Order: sequence, then C-alpha cells, then structure tokens
Amino acid sequence: MAADQIELKDYLRETNLIHSRLIALVVLLGILALILVARVWYLQIYNYERFEVLSKDNRVRLVPVPPVRGQVFDRNGKVLAENIPVFTLEVLPQDVKDMDVLLDQLTQIIEVSPADVVKFKAEVRAHRSFEPQVLKVNLSEEEVARFSVNRHFFRGAKVEARLQRNYPYAGEMAHVLGYVGRINQRDKDSIDAKAYKGTDYIGKRGIEAKYEDHLLGQVGFEQVETNAHGERIRTIDRNPPVSGDDIYLNIDVELQIKAREYLGDRRGSVIAIEPATGQVLAFVSNPVYDPNKFVNGIDHRSYNALRGDLNRPLLNRTISGRYAPGSTIKGLVSMAGLENGWSENRSVTCPGYFTLKGSSHRYRCWKRAGHGKVSMIESLMYSCDVYYYQLASALGIDKLSAFFKDFGLGSKTGIDLDGEPSGLAPSREWKRDRRGASWYPGDTLNTGIGQGFMLVTPLQLGVVAATLANRGKRIEPRIVGRLEHSPNGDYEDAVSQLQGAELGQVNASAENFNTIIEAMTAVVAHPRGTAHRAAGLNAEYTMAGKTGTAQVVAIAQGAKYDASKLSDFHKDHALFISFAPVEQPKIAIAVIVENGGSGSGAAAPVARKVSDFYLLGKDANAPEPIEQEPEEQEALASEPVAMVLN
Amino acid sequence: MFRIKIDMPLLFGLLLLCTSSLFVLWSAGGESSRIIINQAIRMGVAITVMIALAQIRPDTIFRWTPLLYAAGLIMLALVMVVGDVGKGAQRWLDLGFVRFQPSEIMKLAVPMMVAWVVTRKTLPPDFKNLVLASTVLILPSAFILVQPDLGTAILILMSGALIIFLAGFSWRNMLILLGLAVILIPIAYLFVLESYQQRRIQTLIDPWADPLGSGYQIIQSMIAIGSGGAQGKGWTQGSQSQGDFIPDRHTDFIFSVFSEEMGFIGVLLLITLYVAIVARGLYIAYYTKDTFSRLLAGSLSMTFFFYVFVNIGMVAGMLPVVGVPLPLISYGGTSMVTLMAGFGILMGIHNHRSLMSR
Repeated sequence: MAADQIELKDYLRETNLIHSRLIALVVLLGILALILVARVWYLQIYNYERFEVLSKDNRVRLVPVPPVRGQVFDRNGKVLAENIPVFTLEVLPQDVKDMDVLLDQLTQIIEVSPADVVKFKAEVRAHRSFEPQVLKVNLSEEEVARFSVNRHFFRGAKVEARLQRNYPYAGEMAHVLGYVGRINQRDKDSIDAKAYKGTDYIGKRGIEAKYEDHLLGQVGFEQVETNAHGERIRTIDRNPPVSGDDIYLNIDVELQIKAREYLGDRRGSVIAIEPATGQVLAFVSNPVYDPNKFVNGIDHRSYNALRGDLNRPLLNRTISGRYAPGSTIKGLVSMAGLENGWSENRSVTCPGYFTLKGSSHRYRCWKRAGHGKVSMIESLMYSCDVYYYQLASALGIDKLSAFFKDFGLGSKTGIDLDGEPSGLAPSREWKRDRRGASWYPGDTLNTGIGQGFMLVTPLQLGVVAATLANRGKRIEPRIVGRLEHSPNGDYEDAVSQLQGAELGQVNASAENFNTIIEAMTAVVAHPRGTAHRAAGLNAEYTMAGKTGTAQVVAIAQGAKYDASKLSDFHKDHALFISFAPVEQPKIAIAVIVENGGSGSGAAAPVARKVSDFYLLGKDANAPEPIEQEPEEQEALASEPVAMVLN
Repeated sequence: MFRIKIDMPLLFGLLLLCTSSLFVLWSAGGESSRIIINQAIRMGVAITVMIALAQIRPDTIFRWTPLLYAAGLIMLALVMVVGDVGKGAQRWLDLGFVRFQPSEIMKLAVPMMVAWVVTRKTLPPDFKNLVLASTVLILPSAFILVQPDLGTAILILMSGALIIFLAGFSWRNMLILLGLAVILIPIAYLFVLESYQQRRIQTLIDPWADPLGSGYQIIQSMIAIGSGGAQGKGWTQGSQSQGDFIPDRHTDFIFSVFSEEMGFIGVLLLITLYVAIVARGLYIAYYTKDTFSRLLAGSLSMTFFFYVFVNIGMVAGMLPVVGVPLPLISYGGTSMVTLMAGFGILMGIHNHRSLMSR
C-alpha cells in the first residue's frame, strides 16, 4: 500500500514535470514559428522592393571586374610586357532589340570584318545575355568619334576603354615572353571559367603561359543597379579585383638585343647564363616574330606567311631546336676519359684518320693531313677528331653515356618555360629500345665527336657551359627572377624570389675540371687554338671555349625550296660554348648558327661580342668588326648521317 | 473486432501538406508528371507505413526499442566500413534488395532509446541515468557526423536532447550547457568542421562575397523569397524558380519556390499548418498516460518542427546550408517514410492512451 502510494506520488510528480515541460515546448514552438515568420516577413514585406528589383535581373547586373594583368620587366626594370588602353566596341545582348539590324547599322559607320562578326555571334550564343561581348577592338579615334555622335541610335552598343597587352620590344623578346591571345574553346576546356570572368586574354606561350596563374590576378565583382535603358544608376556592392603579379626576368634586354644583332640575319640561337645562379641573361632565337600581332588573333595571311617562312620564325630554337653538339662535346669526353683512368699526358698520333680493329673503314679527322702527335690539351685546342675516336673507343659507350647523363645531357634542364625536349644522350639501351638495333663500335666513335645520334638543345649546351664554369655544380636555368605581388593579394610578402634548384655536383674531380678548363682556355687564348682568331684576340679577360661544327640533321627541310636556297640549308651548323672570366665566371654562353659553316668562324665571334658587351660594356659590332680570315674547317666523321634533302 | 484506428486531425493535416507538396512540385519540377507520380507513390507507401504503425501499442514499441536501436547502431557501423558513397558522403547501406540510410532508422530509434533509458527509473533522471542517456544519444550522432552528414546528426541530437529536456533535466544545468556551447562552438568551427562546412557558414554571414560561387544558391534563394512579396507571383509564375536560378529547387530549396509563387500569405498558411500538426502532437503527448509515450510523443512532434525550422532557416539565409529537406514538401522518399513512421507511432500512442495507465 505504501509502495503504491509512493508510485502514485512519483507518477503524479512525473506527470506534472512533463506537463510543465510540454508547456515550455509549446512556448518554444511559438517562438520558433515567430522567428520564421519574422524572417520571411523581413524578406518578403520589408525588403520586397529590393528583392523585386534584384529578381528582375535585367535591372541588376553582376558585372565582373577583370584584374589588371601583371607586367613583365627585364632585370633592370625595363618594361617588356605592359597593358595599354585601347577602345573596343562592345554589345550587351540583353539590351538589343534586333541584333541583325544593330550590326547592320554599326557596320555602316565602323568597319567590322565578317570574321569578327562571326566570332561575335558565337560569343553571344555561348554567354548569358547580360554579359557584354566585344565586336571590334582597337577602334581609331575617328571611329570612336563617329560612334559617339550617333550613340543614341545604337541601344545596347557602347565603346569601352580597355587594357590590352603590348610588347614594346616586339620580336626581341618574343621567344621568351610568348604572347597572350583571346581565350578560345580549347582554353575554355582547361581553365576555371570563374577565374576568367571579364577577362578575354590568356597566356598562350612562353612566360605569358608558364606564369599565367601569377600574371592573371583575381577577378572582382560589382553588383550594379541599372535603369530600364541599361545605364548604371548605382553600385550596390563591390568586391575589388586583385592585380596579377609583376614579373621581373633575369634577362637583360639590352644584352638580348645586342646578342641578336651579333647573330645578324642568320638563323640561330644565343643563350647566356650567369653560372653561379643559373639566371638566364639572354635567350635569343633568330629569326623572331612580332607577338603583338597575336594578341587579338593574327589574320590568316600573316599567320600562313610566318608558318611558311623557310627560316621558321615561330620555332623557338633555343629551347626546342635539337642539334648535334659536334666538337663542343669534346671537353666532356676528355673529362669522362680522365675520370676513367685515361691520363692527360697520354698522346695519340693522328694520321688524319682512324680505323677500328678488323675493319678497313677510315673515320676521318677534319684535318686530312692529320695533326701528328697530340696530347689531351692539344686535342681540344685543335679539336682533333682522331684523338676522340681513340678515346671514345677506349672508354666505350657505357661510360661515355653515363658521364653525359651525369652532366644533364639527355634530360630537360628544368627551365621555367614549356616545350623543352630532353635531347638525346645515346646509349646501348636507347638504341636497342628505340631503334631496335645493337650498338656498333662506329656509333661510339661518332658519339665521341658529338655526331651520330646525339642531340642537344642550345639551352642544354648553355647549361653545359655554365656547369663547366661552375666546376661541376649543376643548377636549373631560370628566366624569371622574382614576382612582385599586388598589395591586395593574399601573399604574406610583397616579393617572391625565384631560384633555380641546385641539381647536385657532376661526379668528376676538381683537378680534372681544371685540366679541361685549362685546355678550353687554350682553345681561345693559344695562337693555335681553333677559336683564337675568332674570339681570343685582344682579350681584356680570360675566356674558356670550345668550337663545334655539326652536320644538318634535325631541321626538317620541306620539299618546296628552290634549288638556289638548298645549298645554303645544306651547310653545317656552327656551334660555340664559352664562359668568362675563367677565374670567376660571370657569363656562360652557347651559340648556334644554323648553316653557319664552322663553329670558329660563325659562332665564336658572337660569343666573344656578347661577353665583351656584358663584361666590359663594349659594343664590338659598332666600330670595327673583328677581322676574320678563312678558317680551317672542322670536317665531320666520314660516315654520312641521314639527311632529309631533296 | 479489429478496427483500424487513426487520429483524424493529424491525418487531415498531413494530407493537406502532401497535397500542397504535389502542387509545389508540379511547379518546381518543371511540370513533370514523372516527378508527381513518383512523389505520390512514395506518399502512398509512407502513409501505409504510418497507418500500420498506428495500430501498434506503445508498450510493444517500448519492448522493441533496444533491439531496433542496436540494429541501427550496427548498420551505422557497417556503413562506415562497406557503405556506398553518394554525393561525397558515405551514408548508404546496400542490403542487396534495398538500399537505404541507417541514419533514417536512427531518427526514430535514438529518441526511443533515450526515452527507454530515462524511464527505467523515476523522473527526473539521476546522474547515472543522464550519463547513460547521453551515451546512447551521442554515439550514433557521432557516427553520422563523420559520414559526414551534419544536418542529420544535429537533428538526431536534438530529438534525444528533447527527451532529456522533457524528462526534467534541470534548468540550471541547461544554462551551464548553454554557456559551454557558447565557448565550444567557435572551437568546433575551427577544428571539427570540414572546410566545406566552414565555407557554408562564411557564405551565410556574407553571401555577396562570392556571388557566383558559394554564395550563389543562397542569394538566388533569398531573391526568390523576397521578390514573392505579400501575394506571390502566382503558381508556376515565379521568375526565379522557373528561370533555373535556384539549384536544388525541387528538393532542399523548395521553400524558395513556394514562397516566391505563394507570397507571404502562402508562407503564413504553410507555417500555421506545420504549427497545427506539431501542436496536435504535443496535445497527444500531454493527454497520454504513460511516461515513455509522453516523452516520445513530445520529442517526435517537436523534432518535426525543428526540420521545418532548419530548412526554412537555411533557405531564407538565416542558418547554414546543411542539406535538410522541408518535411513532406521536398521531393524525395527516404525522409518521408521516416517522418510518416514517426507520426504512425504518435497515432499509436494516442489510440492506446486509455490502455496504458499503469
């Protein structure tokens, strides 16, 4: 009975408790419901007019505010890529009653090409109607004036001042900077469309493409309210854009211009690198093209002219041209020998040719009469081929190939530009895998003098020169030195310094480096050195160098040349690598002159002049060209290499 | 004689909601009869489940509670290991013949189990019972949170918390917990929430910061609601809704379609209908006789309103977007069956209120 009472008492207590709590819930229910009603009232009644306007999106527009693209400067702050204001004719599709009528009227006062009209219509179809589309860029002052007078006839059309990319040095920097162009369908597939709202251009090649993420900046937005005629009444909200980073190149544009001037009108390439840092001082590929023509889309005729040009101005030879290194490689072959027990004092007698055991085939030295007895230093000075036949054959391809690879040949340099091939340091495995053939002793001989399968880019040769100058310290070449960030961006520092990665040390002793550098110094300094007359006369500093002559292989030669041209394209390529001053190198250079004849005659003088200009500020071209006497030609291995000639 | 027992006021309210749902869906789904038929079939199934559950006595439910809870917990654990991934979250369990979310079961099983725990002794619960109740509540919520499904985890947590509240958890302790929450929420924001969840909260605070990205949906939704005005633009006449400006407009964001086309008057009617249904549930809780039924009925009813509050709150730009549908209006079947099952239990409690005095 007592227990029952307690239970009953508990039950009543529980009931009362829960009842009071349920009443609290009813209160909560009321409050929550009121909050909801209040919120909806706030949106639907209190702010009705604002949202009513917003919902009619022809009155309120979200206008992307494109960021200003970062500028590009050379190492001394000279402007290489800038943004200049131009007038564009734009149409806002949603304000146009009849597009065809409008276009018809507009073209009566402003000349618009049919191609532009087609492009414009495609853009209109591809975008929402509140996004303005460009009908014509680069309006003349007169066209702007004519439009302004008649503006009231053209509802939906307006002239806007926009920023457009400009390259003040035109072709001089074309192969480095590349260019921006209008965003095309292929670009659209790969970009984040949101980041490019309001932006019409994208980096297509070179630094403009490689550093696109930095140059672009961040798009901003304005939410603007407009009246029924599409005129802006007020800005409701604004989220400002962040300008792209400014880029400072390591390149010295003055040196760049001079280097191309020293090449003259010959096809070729000059690369200059500061050895200690890997900074690229000059990066020339000749001939060049004008990148400004590409910014708004080049017309077909001009483009076809560039493409059809036998000199191939669109080809960036310095990064993607592949050439046989020829005798420029002999320094490396010597060092491979020294590292593998070949004594620097060992002499080889050169009778003008070399034969392999069991074969009567004669591999010729470029000097038919032979060099007689030559030491290693002499072999480099004279560029004696027989010495290197002997040395390569004694070393064997495996050791040779391994040493080349250690030096970075056959792999990309890692420069901050796209389109770099890895070149080719041939090996037994490569030939078996890629050519399906076994390696012959003759292949080794050709490799020993930088012919045969071996391929390098001018950039790789420049890096080889820099590595020699560094006594084996390998470093990635860098075009861009630093980025300066917009103060509005989310970077912590205003500036980012960019440096090429250090790639380690070539596996060779300092002693052996010194031996080779001594010999390369003699190539230039010694009166009998192959480059003495071309690069060594009246020198105010010491220079180490090596000449080379390479047979034409890689440059494809079309079927349509006329016969008179043919002989010119048939000539050998001239090569030269150097660095100076020898004691504390400040500049390492590789020069390739296509079909230049001999390395000593055509390429070495260019390197000397570039060094003079950089180290002494002396423009050697101006007063008196360096006197050139007919040079002994370095011949090639007698085994012919396949040539694509008609 | 067996006779089907139904609570008519509740049924009437629910049918009114379902009918409105079909009308809004016709407009929001682009006038697609496929969507209407699918939704009507789901409603049929859900209502059948509800009527079936309405026949079951609360003490039967009481007895089955631990088993249902245990089964739900095991399936939740299974989902973590073998669950299917849908829309980036691991929520689904495939039993071969049917694919479902165990978290749906837990929406019912958790409040049932918490009520089961606290009613084993006299109310208000002592400390030991509180700890036990919190454990059976927090464990499944944590599982669901890591799936990740923040919205469902919060709602399940709420349903269990309601039971504890109804059971007499002291006001003083509630104040302490509230204080703790004020401290812990910023910490949870920084260290527990995933970056996408943080973004949702940032979007809530300033949707205009990224009007074409994460702020787009909420901005367009608010524009839709606001431009509806007092009387609305008319059924199927909402320019925002029909112009494809609102993502998920027939599921989670259906309220923006409703309010754009029906206006403030329509919204008032809808919220009144929801309040009426919940009030009927609370009435059932008040007038039933046994403690377990009271607690469960109170929790189920009020949780239903939390769904409404969270959904309308997020669509109207007041709460972060956590992916909770508008109950019985949004398109989709899983949550509808669970909700109707809850109302079935509620009806069962009411139908058997006189039998249950002990």
